[in-house]
Amino acid sequence: MSQPTALPVSDSLKNAVIRLAGYSQDGIQSIGAFLAQLAGSTAQDVMTYMTIPSTISGGPSIFQVHLGSGKVLHPGDEADTLVAFYQDSYQNHLSSLRDGGICFYDSDKVEEITEERGIIHIGVPFTSATIEAIGGTAKDRGKNIFVLGVLCAVYKLDREEITKIISKKFGGKSEDILRNAMLAFDAGYLWPVHDIDHMPMAPGENAEEKRLSTDGNTMLAMGLIAGGCRYGAGYPITPWTTIMEQLRSELPKYGGMFIQCEDELAAVSLAIGAAYAGHLAITGSSGPGLALKAEAIGYASMAELPLIVVNIQRGGPSTGMPTSVEQSDLMQAIYGSHGDAPRVVLAPRNVEDCFYTAVEACRIARKYSTPVVILSDQAIATRIEAFPEPDLEKHWDDVDLDLDERGVDFKPYPIDQLTRHSPPGSRSTEGKYPVVTGLEHDEWGHPSGNPENHAAMTAKRRNKLVNLAESLPRPEIFGDDTGDILLVGWGSTYGPIREATGKLRDAGHKVGALHIRHIHPLRVDLGELFENFSHVLVPEMNDSGVYGMGQLTTLLRAVTCDPKIKSINKTMGITFRVQEIVDAATHTLKS
Amino acid sequence: MTLPEEKLTKKQLKADHPTWCPGCGDFAVLASFFNVVQKLGIPHEKIVCVAGIGCSSRFPYFVNTHGIHFIHGRALPLATGISLSRPDLHVFVFGGDGDGFSIGGNHLNHAARKNVNLSYVVMDNQVYGLTKNQTSPTTPIGRRSKTDPRGSVDRPINPMAQLVASGATFIARTHAAQVKHMNEMFERAILHPGFAVVETLSECTMFFPGAFDSGNPRKGGAFNLVDETKRNMECTAEAMQLAEETEIMLPGKFGVYLESRRPTKNELENEWLKDAQAKVADLKPRDLLRQKFAAMR
Repeated sequence: MSQPTALPVSDSLKNAVIRLAGYSQDGIQSIGAFLAQLAGSTAQDVMTYMTIPSTISGGPSIFQVHLGSGKVLHPGDEADTLVAFYQDSYQNHLSSLRDGGICFYDSDKVEEITEERGIIHIGVPFTSATIEAIGGTAKDRGKNIFVLGVLCAVYKLDREEITKIISKKFGGKSEDILRNAMLAFDAGYLWPVHDIDHMPMAPGENAEEKRLSTDGNTMLAMGLIAGGCRYGAGYPITPWTTIMEQLRSELPKYGGMFIQCEDELAAVSLAIGAAYAGHLAITGSSGPGLALKAEAIGYASMAELPLIVVNIQRGGPSTGMPTSVEQSDLMQAIYGSHGDAPRVVLAPRNVEDCFYTAVEACRIARKYSTPVVILSDQAIATRIEAFPEPDLEKHWDDVDLDLDERGVDFKPYPIDQLTRHSPPGSRSTEGKYPVVTGLEHDEWGHPSGNPENHAAMTAKRRNKLVNLAESLPRPEIFGDDTGDILLVGWGSTYGPIREATGKLRDAGHKVGALHIRHIHPLRVDLGELFENFSHVLVPEMNDSGVYGMGQLTTLLRAVTCDPKIKSINKTMGITFRVQEIVDAATHTLKS
Repeated sequence: MTLPEEKLTKKQLKADHPTWCPGCGDFAVLASFFNVVQKLGIPHEKIVCVAGIGCSSRFPYFVNTHGIHFIHGRALPLATGISLSRPDLHVFVFGGDGDGFSIGGNHLNHAARKNVNLSYVVMDNQVYGLTKNQTSPTTPIGRRSKTDPRGSVDRPINPMAQLVASGATFIARTHAAQVKHMNEMFERAILHPGFAVVETLSECTMFFPGAFDSGNPRKGGAFNLVDETKRNMECTAEAMQLAEETEIMLPGKFGVYLESRRPTKNELENEWLKDAQAKVADLKPRDLLRQKFAAMR
């Protein structure tokens, strides 16, 4: 084996964006995941971004990792380093490299093309070198680990720590697999790379005691557990499925269960059954599945049963782009049902926030006895971030089954108080038992077609949300709280908006950023915050529609009647680049 | 089965007076349910009546027990959620042919396949009554309705055959005019561990009067019973044959078509739950999650 050449060492890097381009079966996701986990365990920050084809196996796929010694808020507009496994991945992704970036390509598979912009092309025989390293079995499985080795050497990443992570990952499998992985890694690590300097990453600044690195769906599932959800039901649909898989495995340990159903209608019905039986229950899906659940969500709103509904948004409508990101289910989440069917809608802004949003959703569902939709998206669901471990002393709720006897004056639906049900199994002193119903009903739950009663009960269900809105914290503005532009966002646009705000302020503009978790109900006094800015721009990953407004923009306009609120829309199935928001804001300031 | 402190009276079990039309077969089903629940001595607060939408699905309002009146066709998955999450309860599902065999048809297959522990009474009147006389999934070919003015053209569902094919473990057929037989079927259904269905022919006097006279001796028909002594009650092939005979020669046979034992969904899930909890031993739930976090570092 060749000896490593001592490369000159450049100044240490605070940030590095690495894009891996290949096919989904090449294991590029695992290289990305290893790098992300390494960042998490070495006080670095990280955000990943991936595209996967909507096929069982195969198809072009990328995984981008943004490593940073400080805070990382977005997956990176352009890559510093590209790793290309095939000719098409090489040609299609060179444009994602910044000027002067580095491209490693598999010289067994790729023919180099000349490209301007000062890009350094480095051919490394990923395939044959891996085969040689693990003993010439003519299989190239493990070339992803070989590439990981190359990257660790170039960026001078913590070799000991990454070795530990690899051992943990493959340790449970056969000895051969672990040995081959280590051989491939070492071969990559020691591969002589010429033409460039080593680019050591600066030491991580995020030295919190305990840091986790994982994806949004995992943290959402864990948040539901911490919030007291013990029963749930679902039906597989991308990208929601990993939540149901995790709950299916985890909930029995906590004395609960998660059931896979025959369809989305059965899943939401089963969860409502568990809610009626006195538990906090969860169902979830992605856009098309949420549409199928709409009728039953209306029932939960009418019957005032606590229910968590997770929606991991993807490109729509219809089957749309199942493995791409979009924020086009906002109106469906708030209004998707028949009749006036109020429910709460919350949106997490990043992976870490998935946990806290889930815990809050559980608390709201229980307190107000209402369905709560958690509106996440494909980007947050699948990307990996590093963040401090949640404190379970503060963020944990034990939910007990309340089967106390209900006294003579028990009314499930008191007109001026919050609804409290009497789950089956609870005795009634009077000997009268309630029927929970989707028919309009009076305070005792009896069906009633009385016009005044319907008006009063509709108001009761709506006023819960009015009261909740009044109790919400006033959202904080990041940056300037008065000035040229206020950027308002929701969900996974958080990172790019924050970065854009920083860049615009660096350029001398007075810019603030407001991020809304409580999508419905909104705080009604949001408009007061807008008054201090000349422009209010809302970057949203949905269409501007017939009236030139995205979905949140439409709502904000309706609530505040403020015509200066405008959308920045993107409908490409990919997250905003920081520069796109900066450009749109700059354009607004000029015009 | 745990015995209640005091035996329930009919007065305790009665709620609102049913809104059904005079002479509706469902009155007899309600009376039979009261009888059987009283006889079996199920604790009052442990009884849950579940229904979807339809005339017969109004059932929970007429019984003074815990009840839930859900949306059209989804009573079975809802009841599954109750049964699995609260094994201490006795879950009864009531509904009609439209709710169970049409809009909720797929749920019937899966509740049967999963062998969820609950009792399901389908009051089959072969017509949509609440919406006033449209064709239902069990309407006989040739019968006229508001949606089939030239007579129904679609082959009706054979509920017995569908249930056998889906893997239901207790399948019975009875007639609302045969109270003693209906009592017996309900009692056996309730005592059966697993998914138990009783299809009850229950006449809609308003829109399809006389639909089941051929099975009623008082109206000149014949109430032919399944001879259980001559059958293997666990054999699906025999049950399927019986179902086909019933379809060909109405009113067919009444009684238990199939009665077999297979682990219930409740038992299977509970087994997993117990194993999972045994593995985590003394770890408190919060520490379990902390342990999970440790693996994400």
